[in-house]
Amino acid sequence: MVGQMRTSQAKLGLLVAAVVLVQFFTSITGTEYYLTQLTMAAYYGLVVIGLCALMGYAGQISIGHAGFFAIGGYISALLTTYDLTPFAASPVVGLLKQAGLLFTWENLYGESLLTCAPWTAGLAAITVAALVALVLGVPVLKLRGHYLAMATLGFGTIIYRMVLALPAFGEADGISQVPGFVLLPAGLLSPGAIMITGESNLRIFNYYVAWTVLLLGLLLLLNLMTRSRSGRALRALHGSEEAAEACGVDTSRAKLQVFVLSAVYAALAGVLLTHFNEGIGPEEATVMKSVRYVALVAVGGMTSLWGALIMGVGLSFLSLRGVFGSYDDAVFGLILLAVMLFAPGGLLQLSNRIPWRRLWPATRHRQS
Amino acid sequence: MSLELFFQYLVAGITYGAVYAVVAVGFNIIYNSTGIINFAQGEFVMLGGMIAISLVQWLPLAWAIAAAVALTMLIGALMELCCIRWLRQPSILQMLIITIGISILLREGALHIWGEGIRSLPYFYGDAITAWTFGPVRLSPQVVWVLLACGCMVAALHLFFNRSTLGREMRACAVNRTAAALCGIKTRNMVTLSFVLSAGMGALAGCMISPITYTQYDSGAALALKGFTAAILGGLGNSMAAVAAGLLLGILEAFSITLVPLAFQDAVAVSLLLLILFIKPHGLFGSSAVARLKAF
Repeated sequence: MVGQMRTSQAKLGLLVAAVVLVQFFTSITGTEYYLTQLTMAAYYGLVVIGLCALMGYAGQISIGHAGFFAIGGYISALLTTYDLTPFAASPVVGLLKQAGLLFTWENLYGESLLTCAPWTAGLAAITVAALVALVLGVPVLKLRGHYLAMATLGFGTIIYRMVLALPAFGEADGISQVPGFVLLPAGLLSPGAIMITGESNLRIFNYYVAWTVLLLGLLLLLNLMTRSRSGRALRALHGSEEAAEACGVDTSRAKLQVFVLSAVYAALAGVLLTHFNEGIGPEEATVMKSVRYVALVAVGGMTSLWGALIMGVGLSFLSLRGVFGSYDDAVFGLILLAVMLFAPGGLLQLSNRIPWRRLWPATRHRQS
Repeated sequence: MSLELFFQYLVAGITYGAVYAVVAVGFNIIYNSTGIINFAQGEFVMLGGMIAISLVQWLPLAWAIAAAVALTMLIGALMELCCIRWLRQPSILQMLIITIGISILLREGALHIWGEGIRSLPYFYGDAITAWTFGPVRLSPQVVWVLLACGCMVAALHLFFNRSTLGREMRACAVNRTAAALCGIKTRNMVTLSFVLSAGMGALAGCMISPITYTQYDSGAALALKGFTAAILGGLGNSMAAVAAGLLLGILEAFSITLVPLAFQDAVAVSLLLLILFIKPHGLFGSSAVARLKAF
């Protein structure tokens, strides 16, 4: 167990070092535009590790996580762009304003808008996603295998249809001109406000914000899954639901907790990425997106949060760079198929079959 | 609602419902023999339509349809031979994800071969406005074709499973694979056969419906979801109930237009699916005692 912890710390150290090195490297070579896609990929990575906890540890499949991502992104976008100025006189709006839940900002055309503050909107969006997950999870998690897959697929389809059909969500155009997520107001540390936004002068800062959120998310899951009682319960559950139940594990409760947690991860990623991209469109809610998250978890190895993180960020980055061209979706389909056929333990698991120890005699000594 | 409009909705509902029924039966055939839900079921329908549309340029309509069905059957067989047959004790999650992967590949393949355009087969008899009038009911000949084809398929399948030796062997496999193998039935071939059968049925339905609903590279996904809804509604594994459930779903969906906007029509079927899963996951016609014994 101690050894496991030590390797976990070493991996974390390596990852942090890699994140910092990439930033230095891009700054030196003047290729900082890579950081934009790496930031976006990190947010997608957050969805993937959340889903990994659900699939790998609780053994439940969800083909509807793009739905939770969209709930987070769309609600946050709607609340921060819906102008409340016409209602400024009403007592409710006045009360909200006094409570500090609203903020005033100027859009691209210089119009002054009074909307929900990003903090309020983000929290509201995540709460809604958690509640939806709870309401959906109670009946759905009683089902197993195919039923669960189809039920979550159905949920994702409904969300997609809603964002595509409701005028409030901008129909096919989505919602644009979403303000930045202000972390520190202007004048406190720097002359400009420090916020999550796509502006290029805050690119490096946003890169670190995204990776901090991702690594904190990873740490929380690692702690929950390996050290807590509920984590052990989950692993027991994945092994055999009947055996876990016989040992006194409240299986449906454990599953529900992870389902809600992974929905919160997806919603948080949706909120932050929407502010970073300054908008969100219906393509974020498609079933194909949900399937893509499943593919990323599968290729990283179902039960490996590290694998899910590395593969999730890496492949999302390549996809965002447009490496796969018009074969983007096909590549993810192929990955899904190939991994399940030839390496159901994930791509990184394959490396266990390679005799590293013989290639590197020093490690043999330490590990024995 | 006028009587005429009522019958119009009813006919449309039954037409779509017949296709859902065929897809649902396809789901059941594979589910019974392997215990998996084939997510690529809707893609068979799309492929049948698309291949026939391409072939009809060179071949007479009937031959084009026959060739399309045969080719789709071949694809179904290849799918089983390449991806399912040689797996040793795959988990349900693994098989599920494999069929999802195949469905994406088939869809993307179709996108690159046929493009994003909407295509359709010509009407088998007359054209889009030809209609036979029976009192308040106006019936397009194509609707008759769809119903005839789907009805014949289901009837033939029923006879096949109950009368022929091969059909009985497949049923034996569905009940207990080990016991069937002990009786000398080649269970693996039965699995391949089930993929071939359900691919062929899907393809034929895809050809029949194509003049009415048109075919597009991504039209399979929605059909799969609705076919699955019908299969669940009837109780997974119960083919005859799935036919009734498919028709019911089609009619419900057609009449839902009077209540909710067209954009939400897909959501109606999905909401129904969720509702059934929550309340009666073993289906309207299934028994919960039997359902509990099955490994989902």
